[in-house]
Amino acid sequence: MTRTESDILVIGGGLHGLSVALQLLRAGRSVTILEESWVGRHASGASAAGVRTMFRPVSELPVSVEAAGMWHRIEDLVGDTCGFHANGQLRVAERDTDLISLENRVRETRSAGFKHEEMIDRQTLRRLAPAIAPHCVGALYVCTDGAADPHRTLRAFRVAVLAAGGLICEGTSVTGADHNDTGWKLLCGDRIFRAPVVVNAAGAWAGKIAAMLGDDIPLGVKASMMMVTERVAPFLDPVVSAVGRTLSFKQSEQGTLVIGGGLQGRADVEAQRSFVDFERLARGARAATELFPAVRNIRIVRTWAGIEATTSDHQPVIGASTRSPGVFHVFGFSGHGFQLVPVTGLILRDLIIDTKTSRQIASFAPDRLGVRSAA
Amino acid sequence: MSDHVDLIIIGAGPAGMSAAIAASRQGLSIVVLDEQARPGGQIWRNVEQRRDGALSTVLGRDYAAGAELVDRFRACPADYRAEASVWHIDEGQGTGGGKVFYLKDHQARVLEGRCILLATGAQERPPAFPGWTLPGVMGIGAAQVTLKSGGQIPDGPVWIAGCGPLAYLYAMQLRRAGGTIAGFLDTTPPGRLLPNFFAFLQAMLFQPAPMLKGVAWQLALRCTVPWVPHVAALTADGGDRLKTLTYTTTGGKPVTVEAAHLLVHEGIVPGTHPTLMLGCEQAWSDAQDCFAPKLDEWGETSLPGIFVAGDAGGIAGAQAARLRGELAAVAIMRRLKPSAVAERDAVKRLRSRLSRIIAGRAFLDRYFRPREAACLPPDDTVICRCEGVTAAQIRALTTNGLGDPNMVKAFTRAGMGPCQGRQCGYGVARLTAEITGTHAATVGLYRARPPLKPITLGELAVLDKQRTEA
Amino acid sequence: MFRKIAQPAQGVTVEVDGTPVRASLGETVADLLLRQTEVGFGVNAASGRVRAPYCMMGVCFECLVEIDGRDSQACLMPVREGMRITRRMGRPEVAA
Ligand SMILES: Cc1cc2nc3c(=O)[nH]c(=O)nc-3n(C[C@H](O)[C@H](O)[C@H](O)COP(=O)(O)OP(=O)(O)OC[C@H]3O[C@@H](n4cnc5c(N)ncnc54)[C@H](O)[C@@H]3O)c2cc1C
Ligand code: FES
Repeated sequence: MTRTESDILVIGGGLHGLSVALQLLRAGRSVTILEESWVGRHASGASAAGVRTMFRPVSELPVSVEAAGMWHRIEDLVGDTCGFHANGQLRVAERDTDLISLENRVRETRSAGFKHEEMIDRQTLRRLAPAIAPHCVGALYVCTDGAADPHRTLRAFRVAVLAAGGLICEGTSVTGADHNDTGWKLLCGDRIFRAPVVVNAAGAWAGKIAAMLGDDIPLGVKASMMMVTERVAPFLDPVVSAVGRTLSFKQSEQGTLVIGGGLQGRADVEAQRSFVDFERLARGARAATELFPAVRNIRIVRTWAGIEATTSDHQPVIGASTRSPGVFHVFGFSGHGFQLVPVTGLILRDLIIDTKTSRQIASFAPDRLGVRSAA
Repeated sequence: MSDHVDLIIIGAGPAGMSAAIAASRQGLSIVVLDEQARPGGQIWRNVEQRRDGALSTVLGRDYAAGAELVDRFRACPADYRAEASVWHIDEGQGTGGGKVFYLKDHQARVLEGRCILLATGAQERPPAFPGWTLPGVMGIGAAQVTLKSGGQIPDGPVWIAGCGPLAYLYAMQLRRAGGTIAGFLDTTPPGRLLPNFFAFLQAMLFQPAPMLKGVAWQLALRCTVPWVPHVAALTADGGDRLKTLTYTTTGGKPVTVEAAHLLVHEGIVPGTHPTLMLGCEQAWSDAQDCFAPKLDEWGETSLPGIFVAGDAGGIAGAQAARLRGELAAVAIMRRLKPSAVAERDAVKRLRSRLSRIIAGRAFLDRYFRPREAACLPPDDTVICRCEGVTAAQIRALTTNGLGDPNMVKAFTRAGMGPCQGRQCGYGVARLTAEITGTHAATVGLYRARPPLKPITLGELAVLDKQRTEA
Repeated sequence: MFRKIAQPAQGVTVEVDGTPVRASLGETVADLLLRQTEVGFGVNAASGRVRAPYCMMGVCFECLVEIDGRDSQACLMPVREGMRITRRMGRPEVAA
């Protein structure tokens, strides 16, 4: 028999839902995750899994830098390395003017008190990425950044949640919500789940869920495309992006090249389907071959587009609803939420258990986007 | 940057060629793409170059007869592009037809069609068993392909294991070509004839010639080749290549023999990658133990203007593929040129010939249905050849009763290699169904992700350059 | 190993791992390599096991070899005069 009463119901079994569930379980609460298909089916499983503080909006840096520290000890959290390697992230300058914009960026983060970003010259760049095209003049570099393996990360979080006594209901779609004195009642087809607290971690469908819970939060949707090649011999450690290009380029532990960066495909959110637009994806292939000419003849074996919610300021929505009691939102990561996964669990634990957090999350407030009551 | 035509046909086998001949009669502009170097598809591979000589005799009259269709296809006005491998199809978002992306001479090209006909054929059902990844083990269909295109046969002790018409046909051809068969391991389970006797009579009635031929082959082989009936399990062994194989018959003890070649076959299944990728609705065929796209009586899929003909829409053989190609051509013509109405009688004739073939087919489907063990191999069997994922790894993934091949893929890497899950799709579906106590029909296959065929970064990059410079 | 049932009339010369080899017109690179004495078409990029064609019709990718500098499915590629065929015994290298 499935347990139907819990302290907390988490809607959405992506990485943020799992991370939140894990922290609440460890704080002694009973947690049930309701997942429409299966853990990691959408953005979390489709992610490039870059672990990047570099070039994030300054307002995200406090929590992002904390998350970075957690990634370096991720085994302590979930009992597995998640395939995380701190091989660095590079943002390459192809022209001298690019260098200037990167230098401005470093000044901006330094003045905000962050020292993790540094400029590197041509020789250092060549040493870190020997296959880089000769015209590249330098880069922004964060040596403590890196990348993880998305599927391994999912598995680790899933196993950790189950081990902590969490209940994961896959194939369980939330179709309605009701609130009374005792708390929330969530309808999933003909099944009912109850809890005083509900966490909305429903990714691309979070807007719909927010509306069910009484909040109307304007959201957009992204369908970021990715491509993966056949396995090649190891030749690149850091994750590479470039000024003025929509590109993120890395080599996985398996040897495949994983290429993304946010080129947009097409999404049909209702049907839970997404489509690759090759004439647009070609731009990514072009960027990859211009930065790494030697990969021209490497074969792409798989492409996909992962669906995720975006906000108008590209920053996530993290916080309590000001309208609906016991409702907490965590979504809208706008294409760069993977790195924040470990820290969102802590933030939500603070908010739910202590009703406040010392972490800087003011710029993620749900109300900033002009929330109206959905009632 | 892309060309426009009325109809794009993918596949120049019996279905694609017949459709092209029929549709071009009505003056439609047609492009036919096929990744092979010559027309003919799988059954008539290389038939143009094998018109006469020793090989033609070995392959038999049915093969030689393909040359006539190939000639007519070559002579028809359809624009045939060989060695053109289609790596992506973009449906026209409900408007009908779509864009076809293909590679020719290492150049990525895009072609727009008002209708698209997928005549991409079938593949052998991959029957995973321990050791099937060893060099020396290959499909019987594969051995037949190298006989057709290379004019060559396997040397050394050759074992044939499997069932179905192709297994018997190839064994006959191999003997005619002077090959020796160390043994035929017939995997047809015992007791299949009696329950299917009515279907047998029906097949004899509707398809007497091929049925009699099949019976004659079986008799001839049983008299001349060491014959082991009711083989239930198979293992191949060796270091870097096949050296021995072990078979077990129903109720028998394992027998180990030396082998240089092991050719296996458990029937063929439609190649569903293109229709899966497009998102065409699929249906499980209980009779054929596989998925096939849902088609209307003309071969149109659930997407408007996208048609399927031939074995890609369900296994029925070359004669049926020709008829279904012609039927699809009629529907496509009606759609694109309502003025050119096809003759009612002609359509009627096509349908009645097709239904006779389908009626004869039922017996073959039931009698040669693969045994359960061919679908649920032991733990140490590699299921995904590309990534080396075993049945044990897949079975270990029990999850709250919810089984989804895409989840298995994400968590084990099965299906992530260059073949994009074409070899392990059914294996994973079966194992997932076994774990969760459901049926492969409910579990489904992996989502098919583009590209259909690998394309290099450089080849794709060119599509962007074309855009910015245009 | 495979053997021809009749000697072909027309031939071409290709290079397999640097050695000139005769092949017959109309056959594919996979047909040719199936007659070579060395085992296999290279190694599997994930497991390192020796691999050889399984399907001969473009499905399984077990026949990948390098033809004139590019990875190709040997079973779909007709032999041509002067072709250079290389079996790869590891993952492709990305030259710096
Ligand atoms: C290995 C094998 C052996 C068989 N032997 C016999 C036999 O001996 N006797 C018999 O009666 N039946 C046999 N059959 C069944 C028979 O081949 C089919 O019933 C019939 O050929 C189906 O015709 P088709 O036109 O549907 O497909 P096919 O003949 O398979 O034609 C499909 C074509 O599509 C092309 N294609 C596929 N994907 C792409 C792509 N992405 N881009 C470009 N081109 C593509 C292929 O190269 C192929 O030429 C065999 C089937 C197989 C698989
Ligand atoms: S042998 Fe299977 S793809 Fe060539």
